[in-house]
Amino acid sequence: MSNLLDFFIRHKNTLLFLLLLALSLGFTFQTHSYQKSKFISSTNAVSGGFYKWDTGAKAYFNLKGENERLIEENKRLRQNLYNLGVARDSIEWIEDTLFYDTPYKIYNAKVIANRYRGLDNYILIDKGAMDGIEPELGVATPEGILGVVEDVSRHYARVISVLNSNLAINAQLKKSEHFGTLSWDGQDPNILNLIDIPRTATVSKGDTIMTNGRSLIFPKGILIGVVDKAKIRSGQNYYDIRVKLFNDMTAIENVYVIKNASRPEADSLRYRNEK
Amino acid sequence: MRNSTVSNIVGFISFVFLQVFILNHVDFLGYVNPYLYIIFILFLPIGMKQWKVLILSFLLGLVMDIFDDSGGIHTSACLVIAYFRPFFLQTSFGLSFDNRTINFYRSPFKERFLYILLMVLVHHLVLFSLVFFDFSHVFLILKNVIFSGIFTSLLIMITMVLLRRSK
Repeated sequence: MSNLLDFFIRHKNTLLFLLLLALSLGFTFQTHSYQKSKFISSTNAVSGGFYKWDTGAKAYFNLKGENERLIEENKRLRQNLYNLGVARDSIEWIEDTLFYDTPYKIYNAKVIANRYRGLDNYILIDKGAMDGIEPELGVATPEGILGVVEDVSRHYARVISVLNSNLAINAQLKKSEHFGTLSWDGQDPNILNLIDIPRTATVSKGDTIMTNGRSLIFPKGILIGVVDKAKIRSGQNYYDIRVKLFNDMTAIENVYVIKNASRPEADSLRYRNEK
Repeated sequence: MRNSTVSNIVGFISFVFLQVFILNHVDFLGYVNPYLYIIFILFLPIGMKQWKVLILSFLLGLVMDIFDDSGGIHTSACLVIAYFRPFFLQTSFGLSFDNRTINFYRSPFKERFLYILLMVLVHHLVLFSLVFFDFSHVFLILKNVIFSGIFTSLLIMITMVLLRRSK
């Protein structure tokens, strides 16, 4: 017994080290498995508050660029709106309840912490459960997609970035309906990989890639990027495509969180079929 | 005693803030980032009890992980260098460590540089191995360790010069 006690006293530093190391490695392994709510998270009030304060101070320096980005988007939206108006006049338009019952609801939010260096990156935004944000909502910027909400606290939400090896997003070619899976390999924060586009599709450099709407997280037609390089590996039936993002993932400020009101209904149907 | 406790707390908080709000945004050449905050572990008093060093390093890493949303990678890396600190001190400073007479600011450049380099490289190796977490990324890990390691070591040397001036 006294030998045992002696052993503990003699090696107390090593034992303490091993204990703490096991704890911290536990935290690490937890983050490498997807869909776990994390114990160590910046969504807590203290670090969230500090980040918000930090962003508030830095936002002034980005105002010009951010304004230009928003003006550019407004221009695009206005163009769509006017074209829609023309289309409405030229065909016989029947006003029905469908028109009022829009399935998508948009929340605006600001990025308060953005990471893109590691293999599994997360983004923190300044809206949370109190503002109506829920897990698994899509997040987009004026220029493209950004990620999917993973975890919410009262005032903050953590977004799993497209620059995260655990996230795979449905995407398709704009010019045809061929779709595939978009993911990141951890190298260049401006490049994503699109796989599973069948070789029957014609893909050339410069083709636009957009969201597919199949997962019900993003509506169909949000732009993602352009094809940078496309090749078919010998003996394969699918393309390997490098997609250059429209977004500059290293400079993001204003984002939109997209809620699909019809998703619960669609999901319940999907899971009922699976049973 | 009280004086050194206060200066430790002030050092802890200021290095965390410096790291989180300024240095984490450096991204030199897109991926090279200095991790100056470990200077806190490097220059804890020589006579400090080892269990205290371990606990402080654990807390420092934990705070960095909370801000960085990185699970436990900083915590693990900090713990490893805290544990090996006595060995590195022994290797670098030799006799003056045995006699507990090291003065970090007045020690010969070669000894000081060796100590900093050992601590920084081990910290970065653990850190980036856990970040990428995959042996297929071994070149990416080494690239990051070397370039960030050089950057961090330089910044630590410069910070030491500045701290000495102010004393």
